[in-house]
Amino acid sequence: MTLTVSKIKKHFGGIHALDNCSLEIPEGKIIAIIGPNGSGKSTLFHTISRLIQKDSGNVTFKGKNISDLETYQIHKQGIARTFQEVRLFKNLTIKDHIAIALSNEDEKLINNILVHPKGDDKQIKDSLSLVGLEKPGETFATDLSYGQRKLLDLAVAIAKPHTLLMLDEPVAGVNPQLRKQIKTILLKLNKDGETIVLIEHDMNFVMDLADYVYVLDEGKVIAKGKPKDIQNNKKVLNAYLGE
Amino acid sequence: MIENYLMHLMILIGIYIILVQGYNIALGYAGLLNLGHIAFFGIGAYTSAILSKMGVPFFIGFILGGIIAAIFGYFLVYSTRKLKGDYLALATLGFSFVFTSIMLNWKSLTRGPLGIPGIMKPSVFGVIIKSNFEYMIFVWIILLVCLYIMWRIIKSPFGRLMEAVRDDETGLKVLGKNTFAIKYKAMMISAFFGGLAGSLFAHYLSYIDPNTFYLMEIILVLTIVIIGGVASFKGTIIATFIIILIPEFLRLLSIPSSILGPSRQILYSLILLIILIYKPRGIFGRVDLT
Repeated sequence: MTLTVSKIKKHFGGIHALDNCSLEIPEGKIIAIIGPNGSGKSTLFHTISRLIQKDSGNVTFKGKNISDLETYQIHKQGIARTFQEVRLFKNLTIKDHIAIALSNEDEKLINNILVHPKGDDKQIKDSLSLVGLEKPGETFATDLSYGQRKLLDLAVAIAKPHTLLMLDEPVAGVNPQLRKQIKTILLKLNKDGETIVLIEHDMNFVMDLADYVYVLDEGKVIAKGKPKDIQNNKKVLNAYLGE
Repeated sequence: MIENYLMHLMILIGIYIILVQGYNIALGYAGLLNLGHIAFFGIGAYTSAILSKMGVPFFIGFILGGIIAAIFGYFLVYSTRKLKGDYLALATLGFSFVFTSIMLNWKSLTRGPLGIPGIMKPSVFGVIIKSNFEYMIFVWIILLVCLYIMWRIIKSPFGRLMEAVRDDETGLKVLGKNTFAIKYKAMMISAFFGGLAGSLFAHYLSYIDPNTFYLMEIILVLTIVIIGGVASFKGTIIATFIIILIPEFLRLLSIPSSILGPSRQILYSLILLIILIYKPRGIFGRVDLT
């Protein structure tokens, strides 16, 4: 397994955001996590990347316990992610975004003063063309449309070699054409061997793309299986329709 | 006479540009709302003054002033690492209080409220800088070197990281960047240059006491950064000229000296208000003050 989440618990006051939540992400597959609003999907992503401290449970990645690592160390293990809301650096350009994602040298202060390392323009161009973002590199993130920001967000996440890609609602709020474009990108990444976990509300998107689906409700996994099986699962229908 | 006065102003401008540009690195580029920068100015001044009194050569005291300020910069970020925004600002303001208090009460080292008089003028390669003209040239050479280093930092990939941590720290963490390290390095750079400015200031005045580095001085520094524009290199330099020179025109009016001091504060406030109303990002700013 690439990623194993075991019996994670997280509560906020009296609310159990995650309640003994367990799941397994096999290598090279596309796994979707679905569930009604407030079912704990984003909290699960935040606990995996340790933006939220869990109460109990374990997260292992390629056999290594990553529960106690810092957020930035988890990324260095090979886990890339995006957020539900596009998170870009509003005063930086497209080129800056990709250069930050690609660079291993930018944190070395003395090296930066003495050597002034330059970014690799070709790599930046390649990253942008991979997601089909055709805008000049000097364009500021704030000057992009919502769809273009989504593409830049994705380009930043996948710029550096990684093993697992976690996407939180990658097609939320985008037009059908862009949704198709993102789907093509994800299928290509998966074909190249990437493992992808995505949270998504768009059922058609999930059914088309995912190899396997986990359904969360009130912080628990209430169903799991292949997309076709999940579609007709009574527990899932109850969770969504509130029956 | 007038030449001497103009040289005095140019020396002050040179020292303040180093102090404020250093502050701009923490506040403007890294987004660290530090209200304790004057303490770094003071640490550099006291370190250099005390070492000079002990017979340590100027350049060693000067560099150590910057280094010790930078070490305090690290501890400030470490001790406030869980704080953000207003809470960080309050904690750093507290740091300034603590500094003044220690300088007042550690009498065996600092002579407390009596201050340290007779701080030697710097000597460069055995030549003692005596006149205001020589000191002005010396300060401006140091200023150019400092500006060049700061320019290299902010235009480097590390400078880009500082801006990213200011814009979205969480977004940067998930890209594998140690944002705590970026913040403490930014603060250390800022404190280092604050310390160097303090050292130049102490050796220029030849006398310092805790009141020289009273925390209210941060208002002047903050005003310069806001007027020039947060995260604007050139704006900070121009605003330092404006803010240091404009109040000097008050001297041309026949205002009693008891009113001159408060008049300056009123003038600073007026300039700040006008800028915030008509140009909220400052003269050359590209980053929102928030």
